[in-house]
Amino acid sequence: MTVSPFWVLVRKEVADYLHSWRFYILMGIIMLTCLGSLYTALSGISNAASADARIEFLFLRLFTVSNGTVPSFLSFITFLGPLLGIGLGFDAINSERNKGTLSRILAQPVPRDYVINAKFMAGLLVIGAAFFALGFLVMGLGIIVTGIELSFEEFLRIVAYLAMSLVYVAFWLNLAILFSVLFKQPATAALAGIAVWLFFSIFYSMIIELAANALAPGEVTLDSILSFESTIMFLMRLSPAHLFSEVTTTLLYPTVNTLGSSVLASQQQYFMIPETPLSFTQSLLVSWPQVTAMIAATLICFAISYYIFMRQEIRSRS
Amino acid sequence: MSSTMDDPVITLSGLTKRYGELTAVDHLSLTIQRGEIFGLLGPNGAGKSTTILMMLGMTEPSEGTANVCGVNPTRQPILVKRKVGYLADDVGFYEDMNAVENLMFTARLNQIPEEQGRKEADRLLEQVGLSNAKLKKVGTYSRGMRQRLGLADVLIKQPEVIILDEPTLGLDPEGVKELMQLIRRLSRQEGMTVLLSSHQLHQVQEVCDRVGLFVKGKLLAQGDVASLAKELFPDEKVQIRFRISEAPESLMQQIRELEDAIDVQHDDATGEWVLRAHSDISSHIATLAVQHEVRLLALRQEDFGLDEIYLRYFEGSEAS
Repeated sequence: MTVSPFWVLVRKEVADYLHSWRFYILMGIIMLTCLGSLYTALSGISNAASADARIEFLFLRLFTVSNGTVPSFLSFITFLGPLLGIGLGFDAINSERNKGTLSRILAQPVPRDYVINAKFMAGLLVIGAAFFALGFLVMGLGIIVTGIELSFEEFLRIVAYLAMSLVYVAFWLNLAILFSVLFKQPATAALAGIAVWLFFSIFYSMIIELAANALAPGEVTLDSILSFESTIMFLMRLSPAHLFSEVTTTLLYPTVNTLGSSVLASQQQYFMIPETPLSFTQSLLVSWPQVTAMIAATLICFAISYYIFMRQEIRSRS
Repeated sequence: MSSTMDDPVITLSGLTKRYGELTAVDHLSLTIQRGEIFGLLGPNGAGKSTTILMMLGMTEPSEGTANVCGVNPTRQPILVKRKVGYLADDVGFYEDMNAVENLMFTARLNQIPEEQGRKEADRLLEQVGLSNAKLKKVGTYSRGMRQRLGLADVLIKQPEVIILDEPTLGLDPEGVKELMQLIRRLSRQEGMTVLLSSHQLHQVQEVCDRVGLFVKGKLLAQGDVASLAKELFPDEKVQIRFRISEAPESLMQQIRELEDAIDVQHDDATGEWVLRAHSDISSHIATLAVQHEVRLLALRQEDFGLDEIYLRYFEGSEAS
């Protein structure tokens, strides 16, 4: 029985990740912050529960509630997930190239795309295992400490949320792999990845604000406000971070039944439409375009790096 | 091993590779027979590596075709890589793995069953003289050890052909000698065809059955060392060096007038006379010396060494 060369490569990559300090450090950071956020959530959840005795989906609050000092699990994953993806992917191809091992692998009877596919697959497996372990850990601790009952629907929502985080991190992993194909130096690739991450997580919203000020309609009519709203929304949704936050919002806050336009949201309050929670499938349906867009962005990144990598000439150490 | 037997393993015809304006390989045609050790010699940047990459299907030729083990490498790179072992000029290993693990990784990529791979790895490490260090991390290996490990790595898939790109680069003379002897022994033992590229002539001269001179993307000449000399200097086959106690003009005149002699020059550095000739006429020189009652102190005939060929040829090619 021989294993397919693809899985041989995946196995080697996974082993590499699990033996690397980098992975321990990144996981250590994420683990610590998540447990920290769980602690604040546990102290905050009693306030949330006592404020509204009839609150539904209380368990989901474990992932979203914060007492103001430490951010919630959700915001930590949104913020640090990309770092994990970049951290695992930035030297995928270029370090092999610099070590001269890439030409050795490619001299074996292995299709070239196996190399890049295996890198991606291994990253995904490692991150997936880590995220689900972390998510289930928080769930388990939550049940033990609070004694809140976890309904099946809540469970589904959390699993879907973890799966979407995986897609989100996969996007950043792919972006990092793309940079590792493009740049010969791992340090350059890492910096490029971090630059994009900082741009989208910090500067992008500022730029949108500036753009919003410039684009704000002079004449206030219903049409002008609506078109302004949709333009801004379109711009916001170009950011993968924004897409991810929209998806997670619908998944972890069952009462959210529309995404985006604040005009609509205020209209809803105005007409006193009650905040009834949606079912899991309905929530998924609300965020479906965002889910699709995130998967598409991931695939596009992968396709570009795939295309460039397949056409590159691999010489030893150059 | 005779180069006359007709069982070509590698056939290149009109192989050309252009990078924009630059033509790295220019209409290269070459045939390498089964079981042969062929040396592709040329200065750095002659296009040796590019040619090798095309043979492995790792880069596409702009023109012409290659045929390696009956397969077109551009069309079926995977199949070629199953039959051909390739050692890059600066081979890299996973530094935090030991030699056996590195070889096993290659074996698995070639879908060699685990057990067989392990046995083969042990056997090859023994052959290349690394059994004592096989459990050490490759990061601690010296340059020579890496190169020998590279050879084992190439051989583990039991290839029909091995292609070595500058295998002697960066090795000390002793290491070069060992490696070249190892290559020769292994190729004879396993009956493999070897193509090796180098810019260091002395080192490969001894082990190659045939060599090809490759300059600026063109193959200038090929053959064994003797026929290469014939091809490059059709008029000058031999060079005879002799030393005599005195050199009367009558003697020198008669030597010059010998049939097949081309010219005689005095080499001031060694105090010897150098006679270039079409054939070996050293016995005539001895006879003439006796006739003129001159003591003959030394007399030897030299073939053109590869180095000389190379040097003179390169001078010629640069002038043209």
